[in-house]
Amino acid sequence: MTVLMTAMSIVFCSAMIGAALVAIHARNGQSLPIAILAAGLVSLFASVLFLILAAPDVAMTEAAIGSGLTTFLFFFVLARIRASAQSGTSHSGGEYD
Amino acid sequence: MAYIAMATGFLLILIGFYGALTNRNLLRMIIAFTIADTGVNIVIVAIGYMHGRTAPILDSTVSAAEAVTRIIDPVPQALVLTAIVIGVGVTALMLTYAYKLYERKGTLDIAQHTELKW
Repeated sequence: MTVLMTAMSIVFCSAMIGAALVAIHARNGQSLPIAILAAGLVSLFASVLFLILAAPDVAMTEAAIGSGLTTFLFFFVLARIRASAQSGTSHSGGEYD
Repeated sequence: MAYIAMATGFLLILIGFYGALTNRNLLRMIIAFTIADTGVNIVIVAIGYMHGRTAPILDSTVSAAEAVTRIIDPVPQALVLTAIVIGVGVTALMLTYAYKLYERKGTLDIAQHTELKW
């Protein structure tokens, strides 16, 4: 049981670090929605890790608020910025990425 | 197990601060701050973890009399629960400022916002 939990935590921790590196890495023209989704994936893996660390209430809150609501907020702001980039004639650049 | 989680939390803090310092896009900086926030929460929960104990919920399997020797201290978990909610509030505030800056300048590049440089 303990060995299984340790192996699972190692797998989730390495996946979390990989997702965080994907979210941070901005070279090669990687798009902004991919970075936002990778940050949400880090929160989702963190919620599973909280469950392994015997904190189910923190896991529920992290999955609902840290992963769901934060990703929604980022996409909400990104959609607003894109809408004002397409319609706004006063802005010269329109470069958001 | 707790040490693996603690090391991962510190690594996430370092990754988040590295991303916040090296990216020039405002939204990418805010994403990096949320990753560092998650890392801090993982570190606090991993510090409060005690080996061989269960979640702090009293029911038929864990009675109130033997709870002291069988459950984990719930105070760090309550602190992290508060920190998650406050983190969402701080993220929303940062996103609002980023949108307001975009409305003024028409760009998200931090190098273009030069009002406080002279």
